[in-house]
Amino acid sequence: MNYNYKCNLGLKSIFIVIALFLCQLDFNRAQGEMLSTKGFDLAARSDRSDRGFSDSEVEMTMILRNSAGKQASRTLRFTTLEIPDESIGDKSLILFRTPKDIEGTALLSHAKMLDPDDQWLYLPALKRIKRISSRNKSGPFVGSEFAFEDFTASELNKFRYTYIREEPCEELVCDVIERIPLYENSGYQKQIAWVDNSTYQLRKIQFYDRKGSFLKQLILEDYRLYNKKYWRPHRLKMKNMQTNKSSDLVYGQYKFKVGLIGSDFVKGRLSKLR
Amino acid sequence: MQLISYTQIFRLFLIWMLFVAPLSNAAIDNPLDISGNISLQLRGFTQDALWLDQNTSDAEFSFSSELEIRWRSNDNNQRISFIPFARWDENDKKRSHFDLREAFWAYQSEDIEILLGVNKVFWGVTESAHIIDIINQTDLVESIDQEDKLGQPMLSLAFQKDWGLLDLYLLPYFRERNFSGKNGRFRGQYAINFDNAKYQSSSKRKNLDFAIRYSHFFGGVDLGIYYFDGTSRDPRGVIEADSSDLVLHYDQIEQIGFDIQYTRSSWLWKLESFYRDGYRDAIFGSVAGLEYTFYQVFNGTSDIGVLLEYQYDDRSSSEIATTADNDIFVGSRWTSNNMNDGSFLAGIIVDKKTSESFYSVEAKTRLSENISLALEVKIITNSQIGETSFTQSHDDYIELQINHFF
Repeated sequence: MNYNYKCNLGLKSIFIVIALFLCQLDFNRAQGEMLSTKGFDLAARSDRSDRGFSDSEVEMTMILRNSAGKQASRTLRFTTLEIPDESIGDKSLILFRTPKDIEGTALLSHAKMLDPDDQWLYLPALKRIKRISSRNKSGPFVGSEFAFEDFTASELNKFRYTYIREEPCEELVCDVIERIPLYENSGYQKQIAWVDNSTYQLRKIQFYDRKGSFLKQLILEDYRLYNKKYWRPHRLKMKNMQTNKSSDLVYGQYKFKVGLIGSDFVKGRLSKLR
Repeated sequence: MQLISYTQIFRLFLIWMLFVAPLSNAAIDNPLDISGNISLQLRGFTQDALWLDQNTSDAEFSFSSELEIRWRSNDNNQRISFIPFARWDENDKKRSHFDLREAFWAYQSEDIEILLGVNKVFWGVTESAHIIDIINQTDLVESIDQEDKLGQPMLSLAFQKDWGLLDLYLLPYFRERNFSGKNGRFRGQYAINFDNAKYQSSSKRKNLDFAIRYSHFFGGVDLGIYYFDGTSRDPRGVIEADSSDLVLHYDQIEQIGFDIQYTRSSWLWKLESFYRDGYRDAIFGSVAGLEYTFYQVFNGTSDIGVLLEYQYDDRSSSEIATTADNDIFVGSRWTSNNMNDGSFLAGIIVDKKTSESFYSVEAKTRLSENISLALEVKIITNSQIGETSFTQSHDDYIELQINHFF
């Protein structure tokens, strides 16, 4: 009897422990799902706030600084064609204006979600159009602290999201979201993004390298509203925390709906940009 | 077929640019975009010249300049390009030359573009040789790598459709290849008779050449295929019995060619081939190869690419047209990805049969926003008497070039 009772208690407590454990697991999973759903929803809200811009064109200056403070700059024109289907990425075209020795060099990208992007490079000296590998996502973009993957539009479905917390950022309140790249060959284990909860725009991103160490920090500033709908940052400051090098991107005025179409974003057009 | 000449086309173009273009609505208030460069080039030769008339100097100074004037209408539909180029060389009168690299007007409407004037067009995917590139004549005095081209007068139509790009070219005027003069380096054994090129076509250089090309991409595959009917860009050299001058013969040919590249991950697989029918038995040429890139090597920012290509041509390398008859190319490209965009390309081409070898090194960096520096070394070894390359086997050189851009 005693034994039975003990046994009973033992069985009961084991059962309770298991039940509680399962409950906890379930709760964790549910909470995890909730956090990732919330993370995705916030990211989607941010991404979708941009819908319908159709196409845009902007001139920008990139300023590179090494740890000794030496500077160099590049100027370029960036045009984007929005692809409404969220399972396909946007198309973009970068045309270099300076340094003068690479003037006319152009990079055309057809972004994909998880498959490698299609990319073509135009070399004006030979007038040669060259399909290039897009494997090099983590490589530096024209010698800057921006990687190719930072530069392509941050497509919603390229990441998995987890909501972390809410906290003040400057004079705004931001949702802090962890995003993990789902595409291959990323240089990052994860990114932590700050998205403000009034206009849903990215304000800051911290990048962690494949080993999980803090690698870079990007600050997005000087947001301006276009057509009463589209927010665009006009200064991006990227700092490499490991090498102390930094790169700034300073944008001019955006032009929206300039009438660009699919055939402006094909490889055959690269030799006809100037 | 009697057609208007090159100079007449150019005159029409100038008239159009000066009088007609400014009158059209679109022209108002878009300024000209003017840029260009000035380059100083110093070449040092490691051996004395081989042939009797050649200049005995072991160093050669040269100067070149290119001006680029461009204009585009406000509605983006029209554009004009005018790019004159000139080089002065201290030793070789034939290397001192002038060319219009571009001088055209183009009009684009949705998916069709029409272009009239002088332009440059490149076709191909491989690195060690560009055997299918046929629209423009090679400007051989610029560099023996054959990558510099002379401007080609043309009327071209481009149709950009969902199914790809279709280009049509009418080429009404032929440009003869330019070669070193008798005092210059990189010449053959026999002096070229420059005034007396022979043409198979009775219209000579006014033969109307024609080309059509289709190009597109399918996933990771980029493809181009073309047909050309006209004057061969490669001359045949024939030694005249009476003068022992070398006379250049330009044949009429028909050629089909294609280029294909498969891009996957860090790999590029490349193949280009042509099949030519003309003066002699049909000939076939091909370059096939691959390129693999190691990205961000040694945890840094730079990339290292490895290149391997095989070159084949039915013609033997004793002919003037090709040295790429049965050769293997191995090369490596280093790209710094730093502020100055420094890069380095080294390669060797070895003839499988004769083991004649051609070494090449090219390095480049930017010194400041507007100034860049380039170094080039080209060396030929194991060259046999009777091979085309033997005639230039004493012309190994180191070249330093400083470019100022404006």
